[in-house]
Amino acid sequence: MDKYKVIEVKESIFADNDKDADKLRAQLKEQGTFLLNLMSSPGSGKTTTLKAVLERIKDKINVGVMEADIDSDVDAAAIQDIGVRSIQLHTGGMCHLDADMTRQGINEFGTDDLDMVVLENVGNLVCPAEFDTGAVKNAMILSVPEGHDKPLKYPLVFTVCDILIINKIDVMPYFDFDMAKVEEYAHMRNPDLKIFPISAKTGEGVDALCDWLLEQVAEWKK
Amino acid sequence: MHELGIVNYVVKQVEKLAVENELTRVESVTLEFGEVSGVVPSYLVKYWDWYVKKEEHAALLGDSVLKYETLPAITWCDNCKGQYPTVQYGKTCPYCGSGETWLLKGQEMNIKEIVAE
Ligand SMILES: Nc1nc2c(ncn2[C@@H]2O[C@H](COP(=O)(O)OP(=O)(O)O)[C@@H](O)[C@H]2O)c(=O)[nH]1
Ligand SMILES: [Mg+2]
Ligand SMILES: [Zn+2]
Ligand SMILES: [Zn+2]
Repeated sequence: MDKYKVIEVKESIFADNDKDADKLRAQLKEQGTFLLNLMSSPGSGKTTTLKAVLERIKDKINVGVMEADIDSDVDAAAIQDIGVRSIQLHTGGMCHLDADMTRQGINEFGTDDLDMVVLENVGNLVCPAEFDTGAVKNAMILSVPEGHDKPLKYPLVFTVCDILIINKIDVMPYFDFDMAKVEEYAHMRNPDLKIFPISAKTGEGVDALCDWLLEQVAEWKK
Repeated sequence: MHELGIVNYVVKQVEKLAVENELTRVESVTLEFGEVSGVVPSYLVKYWDWYVKKEEHAALLGDSVLKYETLPAITWCDNCKGQYPTVQYGKTCPYCGSGETWLLKGQEMNIKEIVAE
């Protein structure tokens, strides 16, 4: 038996990632770049929301987008269409991004001159929530057709987010989505969560979201 | 598919620890999971067995066994200041019936130990 060594690790699987994430945040602080991690289920409207937001703020700050949601290049192209710099990260089919992959993306992208970078994370509500990407703030999108009980089904992602964007409010009349309930459930998980109901399609509510983002960027660059 | 992401991450961590501790062949890796961590350990083992056979991991980990232990989930009641097992009673305190309760622990995902040459 003594040819075997027993290494007591007793460490969270994510311990190393958490350290990498802190390092990346320090780098971002240094260069004055605000990184937003955007999470949601597939199809909640991450790309559409980004386009609506970027149209409104791209003339006010320098902004770029890193697309990690499945290697298709379609989302990156959609962002470039509105004149915003973007890259597609090749995640090799991984179900989430970790801080190391995010840092590689940030450095490859060349972000020194950017005030804000948005990371469109892989569409999945489970493991992106467990891996700190090194982002300054975390946002998630819940869309009306997904239902108001998501905070009960996927509690972790609601606890790690700073803001919850409720998208597709234009289709509220067709679903039994209860806005008061979703706020109650979400605040049960995270009393500090800020909630922005929007329609990326009609633009309703998007200005408030933009104001919040611009405030955060200014705060980070202080 | 969440489990595959975790396996990938654990392998990365173990490979790093192997370099630091000069390990050449890993016999077993033991993980600890909180009862409400949301991980399905049997999937982890299945993915592990497949993943470690890949060329780039096989020399160190090819014959290794993934083991796991469960850590109990405990909920704290803000109303009566009591603690109770989460899995059995959920969000409602069995002592006072309050719903003002918070998970104390049970979401852990740890690497406990590595046995290796
Ligand atoms: N009705 C409505 N549809 C939307 C809205 N936002 C996005 N969509 C649609 O939802 C689908 C998925 O959007 P997309 O932005 O690609 O989602 P992603 O996978 O999260 O990036 C597309 O067909 C969009 O046109 C919205 O506010 N209202
Ligand atoms: Mg998209
Ligand atoms: Zn994952
Ligand atoms: Zn109680």
